[in-house]
Amino acid sequence: MKLLYFAWLRQKIGVGEETIDLPADIADARGLVTWLKGRGEGYEIAFRDLDAIKLAVNQDYADLDAPVKAGDEVAFFPPVTGG
Amino acid sequence: MAIRVQREDFDVGAELAALGAGNHRIGGICSFVGLVRDMNEGAGASEGVSAMTLEHYPGMTEKQLAAIDAEAHRRWPLEASLVVHRHGRLEPGDRIVLVATASPHREAAFEACHFLIDWLKTKAPFWKVEESAEGAARWVEARESDDAAAARWAAVDGKEG
Repeated sequence: MKLLYFAWLRQKIGVGEETIDLPADIADARGLVTWLKGRGEGYEIAFRDLDAIKLAVNQDYADLDAPVKAGDEVAFFPPVTGG
Repeated sequence: MAIRVQREDFDVGAELAALGAGNHRIGGICSFVGLVRDMNEGAGASEGVSAMTLEHYPGMTEKQLAAIDAEAHRRWPLEASLVVHRHGRLEPGDRIVLVATASPHREAAFEACHFLIDWLKTKAPFWKVEESAEGAARWVEARESDDAAAARWAAVDGKEG
């Protein structure tokens, strides 16, 4: 699974992109976030306030209940501010 | 019908001249150009902005812009449309975004252009980080007024002209 982080999430986690082997017992984005928070202090800080975070699965907006599987591209970022 | 995400500046006159060139069903072109301001709207913030950097999600940005553009074409009778959005470091006065719509009817062009910039601001994955003159960096926060502007179009359907 390819993971992408943008804006301040990227800064707190320390990388913008990484590839992981998704643990077999993780089926949705919420489970993925819980697992990521256990990977280090940067992740724990980045994912502390889940209301402040948006996510996308395979480049479409999704929510924490969205199913995720090996091979997906999952991105986490703050609310967008373009235009 | 055309989406571009680029670091380079764009020439508004040349872009509008090219939009739907030769298509004589077009009765009017409406455009919006977004610029970098020198002040921010952060809560209580009054310091000036000396530059900003736009980060985006390559791939998803184009995908979301294309979806928004398709929605505009579904709602209004457009003959042509264009969205050009820049990324990278920009300074006050620099152009950020161009939205242009061409239609047989001016109302459709105006409304579709307004719709595109409103939806773009809440759906296209871009993030701005501002630099103050002192060198401090600050991520721009999403504004509720932008959400409200986008939501206004949720229940509004395009007119036939």
